Amino acid sequence: MKPRGFSRRAFLTTASAAVGAATITSAQIPQRLGAPRRQYGERSSYETSSRYFHESITPGTGSSRTPLQDLYGIITPSALHFERHHAGVPQIDPQRHELLIHGLVERPLVFTMKELRRFPSVSEIRFIECAGNTGSDHAGRPGIDPQRSHGLVSCSEWTGVPLKTLLAEAGVKTKASWLVVEGADASRLARSLPLTKALDDVLVAYGQNGEALRPEQGYPLRLLVPGWEGNINIKWLGRIQLVDQPYMTRDEAASYTDFMPDGKARWFTFVMEAKSVITRPAGGQVLDGPGFYEITGIAWSGQGSITRVEVSTDEGKSWQDAALNTPVLPKAMTRFSLPWRWDGGETSLQSRCTDDTGYTQPTRAELVAVRGLLPGPDGFNHYNGIKAWYLHRDGKVSHE
Amino acid sequence: MNRRMIALLVLTAAGTCLGAAQLPQHNLGRPATAEEIRKRDISVAPDGTGLPAGHGSVKEGRRIYKVLCGSCHGDRGQGFGDYPPLVGGQGTLKSKDPVLTVGSYWPYATTVWDYTHRAMPYQRPGTLTPDETYAVTAFILYMNGIVDEKAELNEKSLSKVKMPNRDGFVPDPRPDVPTKEGKK
Repeated sequence: MKPRGFSRRAFLTTASAAVGAATITSAQIPQRLGAPRRQYGERSSYETSSRYFHESITPGTGSSRTPLQDLYGIITPSALHFERHHAGVPQIDPQRHELLIHGLVERPLVFTMKELRRFPSVSEIRFIECAGNTGSDHAGRPGIDPQRSHGLVSCSEWTGVPLKTLLAEAGVKTKASWLVVEGADASRLARSLPLTKALDDVLVAYGQNGEALRPEQGYPLRLLVPGWEGNINIKWLGRIQLVDQPYMTRDEAASYTDFMPDGKARWFTFVMEAKSVITRPAGGQVLDGPGFYEITGIAWSGQGSITRVEVSTDEGKSWQDAALNTPVLPKAMTRFSLPWRWDGGETSLQSRCTDDTGYTQPTRAELVAVRGLLPGPDGFNHYNGIKAWYLHRDGKVSHE
Repeated sequence: MNRRMIALLVLTAAGTCLGAAQLPQHNLGRPATAEEIRKRDISVAPDGTGLPAGHGSVKEGRRIYKVLCGSCHGDRGQGFGDYPPLVGGQGTLKSKDPVLTVGSYWPYATTVWDYTHRAMPYQRPGTLTPDETYAVTAFILYMNGIVDEKAELNEKSLSKVKMPNRDGFVPDPRPDVPTKEGKK
């Protein structure tokens, strides 16, 4: 039964008058025809989350960081996937792009994009993390928010052809033990990849989150080397050469090495070890006051699947198991969460994860004790220490 | 089972294994021609495999460096801002203040040649000829005291240059931090 003297129109008028007076906030009720359809969707104009980077004198070689604190679930929107380029983003016509496989093979072959898409394909959710992610935390300059501390990691669904399928097509000679994989960017970035990994789980990918790769992620073709440092996931992939030794390119024989306190350096440190970070509440955010909050964050391991994430809300005195949200996939981000009630006191929030090899994320002190504090030629790489966020009485969360 | 039978079994197993994986299953792609491979293959190995014929001297390198390299890396290879230093630091790697440069840190001269050839100069990468690349490499090594002023490098001599930090690298020892299974 309709309430007497209270028509829908009258209600709407009253409601909009109230909004107009700005005395209360209430859910908006549409009174105008909405926008028409569009061919390629855009996010709401109210959403402003974006990649972070600072200006540099070499814009083609920089990086940009994913706003982890704004994201839900485990998939990074393609437009927010972190970037790391060494000679800018090439604009490649897919109709002219070719993949050459040669060297120690029975049949050197050239594939067009069209041919590559005819092969049996797979889609896999995998993270990619730059070797230098959280390097400033290693150095003792902790990132002020999740984006600036951990934003050089992203996770996507990648679609493509298993590399081993293409290698079988070319026929790998028994003398081959490594591959030189090379991009078609201006610097023709090249790395040496062990044949064992190439025959394991490496993907020659053309799809990202259901559509073609973004130019910044290697359009039209990239290598996806699950769990290994970002740099070897060659973007704009153009050439694969089967060889009998690592070729010692700059990005494996100088950059991306790990300089140790004894003056020696580690090289071919491919795997990104288990790591986690709380993304909410986290540095740069402000809590509205004591009460209920969900603590949430992400964990990942280049060795396999995350089996456990523990969270401490009392400055590391005690740890409790967070829930692992499904899906929990190998070499992918895993979302964790823990219900929590803030009592209004000062404290710190930390997470540490364990993977299915039994490896548990170490503290910064444990890592520094072994690896020291002397940066390599490109800073610190492969750091995976526990990250703490500090909560103050006024609700502000900071990095120290 | 006699030795011949075992050998036969091993051969068969290997053959089966490789055979199944190695036969083209899809017959997609076209054969690459020797000419296109030659054009596209710029890889250079530390033993010199892949280096094109050519030569360049310190003297020629000094001239090219001044025009194409010095404005970013400094007239003496000292670096500038994000442009890394190419020179110096030898003998400092075990000190409290190690200086890591091409001269003090990079383990192979072929790496210098390859990176310069494929990725430099920054604004116009891939435009140096092999001769120019030998020359610039020679000049960078000369500034580091690794070759002398009269040196000329070519596809035979480059890989024989021993870089000071040739033996400075170790394989991945990780996990390098004691794992804390069940720490509470």
